[in-house]
Amino acid sequence: MSFRIMWSNQTFPPTLIMSSITLRVEFGGGLELLFSNIKQHKLTLPSIVPSNNGTKLNGEVLSGGETKPADVEYLMHHLRDNLLQERPELFMEDNTVRPGILVLINDTDWELEGEGEYALKDNDEVVFISTLHGG
Amino acid sequence: MAPKICALCQNAKAILKRPKTGQQICKDCFFYVFETEVHNTINEAKLFSRGDRVAIGASGGKDSTVLAYVLKTLNERYDYGLNLFLLSIDEGITGYRDDSLETVKRNQQQYSMPLKILSYDELYGWTMDRIVSQIGKKNNCTFCGVFRRQALDRGAALLNVDHIVTGHNADDIAETVLMNIMRGDIARLGRCTSIVTQGEDTIKRSKPFKYAYEKEIVMYAYFKKLDYFSTECIYSPDAYRGHARTFLKDLEAARPSAIIDIIHSGEAFEIREEIRANQKAQQTCTRCGYMSSNDLCKACTLLEGLERGMAASGITDRARKKLDAEGPAPDNIRTIPFFQPPSGHPLVAVETTA
Ligand code: SF4
Ligand SMILES: [Zn+2]
Ligand SMILES: [Zn+2]
Repeated sequence: MSFRIMWSNQTFPPTLIMSSITLRVEFGGGLELLFSNIKQHKLTLPSIVPSNNGTKLNGEVLSGGETKPADVEYLMHHLRDNLLQERPELFMEDNTVRPGILVLINDTDWELEGEGEYALKDNDEVVFISTLHGG
Repeated sequence: MAPKICALCQNAKAILKRPKTGQQICKDCFFYVFETEVHNTINEAKLFSRGDRVAIGASGGKDSTVLAYVLKTLNERYDYGLNLFLLSIDEGITGYRDDSLETVKRNQQQYSMPLKILSYDELYGWTMDRIVSQIGKKNNCTFCGVFRRQALDRGAALLNVDHIVTGHNADDIAETVLMNIMRGDIARLGRCTSIVTQGEDTIKRSKPFKYAYEKEIVMYAYFKKLDYFSTECIYSPDAYRGHARTFLKDLEAARPSAIIDIIHSGEAFEIREEIRANQKAQQTCTRCGYMSSNDLCKACTLLEGLERGMAASGITDRARKKLDAEGPAPDNIRTIPFFQPPSGHPLVAVETTA
């Protein structure tokens, strides 16, 4: 079973909800242009993910490889691999966001929250804002 | 992770780590220190006098939107006694400037400030769309920059303002320092860090955000929910500037104080007397009356090239010679209306190398 982005509030069957978290993700400052020009996204992630941030999830990887609780670093990989439409290098560089992109976790600068290592909780909101566009 | 407490009020939850100081502060303290630092910059550089008419160069982007909001706030809080205006230049770029001007029009309502929009089309008879269709996407930013500079001055003259403020922030200035170093442009290096410029221009210009980090400007806009426009110009990028910006952001990621450090390095460059002496004296353009260091100002030179179908003549000496060889400019080409500086200002400004 692979996890899919949920575009509506429709829920998965109860047996699958157990191990997933729902997040709100917002893009701003022009970054939304890389994501189909949609600013607000609602998505569901498994609560346990591969430590290597592999986003091609299947049962084997999860049972076999090393895992960790879903964190912001994983979220970035997920967004890049599943939602981003063009020019991934404008979003990520070396396992983190490209310098010049600000990240807020529940309206707090991610630098105060452990950056990529922040472990996501159900209903968290993560905002990515580019500072590189336009004066 | 336990919430961090604000280093300033020791009370509320910190929401931001300041790039300048590393301090962790709460939302209210952030608004307060950000605004107060801009106020201090304005005071220390004595940017304004009571009764000044000040135009904010407004693009609809984050910097000028935050600048308009903060200046309005400070003008009320500290009773500066300024008359504030929004001045926008419409370069004529479909899908970019037309949308961002909608943002400026909303800002006009939100901040209740008079707005003047001046277009390249009405001033020069050319939109950027048409310029690019003639010259392609090379050198278009040279045309655009020269035209914008003069358009801002002319818009300011129409509004009869004493002063134009622009949203250039610390990151922009550091980036310009880097670019001038890489190009070996020492004359500009001295000028680009100064907070006030009143050289080639008739109208005083200043940068109240000279010491404001881009990160804080964007965070300020985010937390205040300010309405700004953020799309890249369709004729960008100026690749060179793009590299300088990426390099700067990498430096900042490694050490946030890099931005202020680079500005300070730029400030430390003194222009030696003999170099200064070589800079040409200012005069006025014989064709349009705008400030110029030659008979023709840069805008008139570029416009003549466009009109005569030899746009490169404003860019390279070789193309210029070719144009000159074809004889003087015909009488029927489009020229820029004669420049009327606002009353009370000398027609020729004194070159001050700050
Ligand atoms: S990127 Fe170039 S063409 Fe576009 S607005 Fe800026 S200067 Fe003008
Ligand atoms: Zn506080
Ligand atoms: Zn001229």
